[in-house]
Amino acid sequence: MPWGINRRRVVTINDGKPGERSISMACMHCTDAPCAAVCPTSCFYTTADAIVLHDKDTCIGCGYCFYACPFGAPQYPRVGNFGGRGKMDKCTYCAGGPQQDNTSAEYRDYGSNRIAEGKLPLCAEMCSTKALLAGDGDIIAQIYRERVQQRGYGSGAWGWRTAYRIEVRS
Amino acid sequence: MNRLLLALLAAAFLAAAPASAQNVVGTPTKPVQVPPQALELEVQQMLTGGRIAGRITIPDQQAANLIQPAGKSWRDFHNTTLTWVGGIAILGILAVLALFYMSRGRVMIEAGPSGRTIERFNLLDRSVHWMTATTFIVLAISGLNLTFGRFLVLPLMGPEAFATFSQWGKIAHNYLAFPFTVGIILMLILWVKDNIPNARDIAWFKAGGGLVGKGAHPPAAARFNGGQKLVFWMTVLGGAAVSVSGFILVFPFAFTDIAGQQIAHIVHGLLSVLMIAAIMAHIYIGSIGMEGAFDAMGSGQVDLNWAKEHHALWVEQELARGRGAAAPPAAAAAGD
Repeated sequence: MPWGINRRRVVTINDGKPGERSISMACMHCTDAPCAAVCPTSCFYTTADAIVLHDKDTCIGCGYCFYACPFGAPQYPRVGNFGGRGKMDKCTYCAGGPQQDNTSAEYRDYGSNRIAEGKLPLCAEMCSTKALLAGDGDIIAQIYRERVQQRGYGSGAWGWRTAYRIEVRS
Repeated sequence: MNRLLLALLAAAFLAAAPASAQNVVGTPTKPVQVPPQALELEVQQMLTGGRIAGRITIPDQQAANLIQPAGKSWRDFHNTTLTWVGGIAILGILAVLALFYMSRGRVMIEAGPSGRTIERFNLLDRSVHWMTATTFIVLAISGLNLTFGRFLVLPLMGPEAFATFSQWGKIAHNYLAFPFTVGIILMLILWVKDNIPNARDIAWFKAGGGLVGKGAHPPAAARFNGGQKLVFWMTVLGGAAVSVSGFILVFPFAFTDIAGQQIAHIVHGLLSVLMIAAIMAHIYIGSIGMEGAFDAMGSGQVDLNWAKEHHALWVEQELARGRGAAAPPAAAAAGD
């Protein structure tokens, strides 16, 4: 992976003030992906597992996907002229790229292809509180439904009332 | 289908938290109902609507934006507005020029070529014009490629060749921006004194430049007529705006943030397609559209009869200054 690329990042809003919240953000693998919609070279594709990937061989580093993406997922190594952009890199859901699965060429350009190895994305497997989940859509939906039932809708479901509680209740 | 879903719960439901959300705390097995906390509502309110930025600990400060819903508007501009405005402007001007050519034909020198010429643009004038013109054409093609290439060129070339073409187009676009901008500045310096609008230009436009209708005569004009002044100011002002917005884009985030970059792209894209359409008309009337016109920027020596018909006041001035009309040398005549 190129230097300076952070495929997943934590943004802290209201840092140091009341209402401080930290949120982890990466590519959301949108159904109607804005990056794919605006790409001048049509370098994006959606896999059978509904993961949004791109081809670095046809990416020209124009930066349009970053303008269109609501989540700031695309990033560019600073290799171009005028401090401009090299070929885009983003979260691949640990699913590699268009090359043959788990080849060194794929690893060099896109990092590990854990999905092809039968594993889940590293972030989801590492997340100690299971705030990040990955897997089959219906199973994830079921887990989320249970959380809503037990913790409440909205920010309740993702545990903010527990994580950011001001008074400790018995 | 075994569809995977990345359930990043925190972000995925940012917009989905309704005001009537039940506030439940406690352990999963022993939920406790509490009234909505003011703080919680404040946070929920903050998470709806516009761009949300925070603090990050990685060097790339552009990553500090958590979400920017304006990306949707920019997408709509790029995929819909710009495509339609650009398509209509360029196809429209082609249709207008084709109709004009069919109805008016080539605008001929009424008295016929005299064989005597007068210098209209010297070597410096012509060098500046062609530096700006050639870079403009490369910039226009590489720029249009970013909006229309995937529909028009990609199916013809295939993805690999198109990616190589577009990559070189991007590099050319970035570098040629500089000579183009220099050209715009030099044009302003060289020609502004003869391009100040005056009452004669209004008369010129009222007469349709003598171009509309058979047997129409162009009104007398000085060095530049109303139409040429329009092209000059369109080029200088439009070129300046396209250059400034272009430099914002070529040095990404050096001057502004994501919203500024999006606005710069919108200004750059819209002005560029309109300028391309206008310059197509300029190219037409300076080449196949009018007999004798190309020589002004070709050899720099225009036929005296052409000059008298289109720029009578300028010819008088030049002759009064003793810059007489010369019969062209044989070599130049052969070149014409």
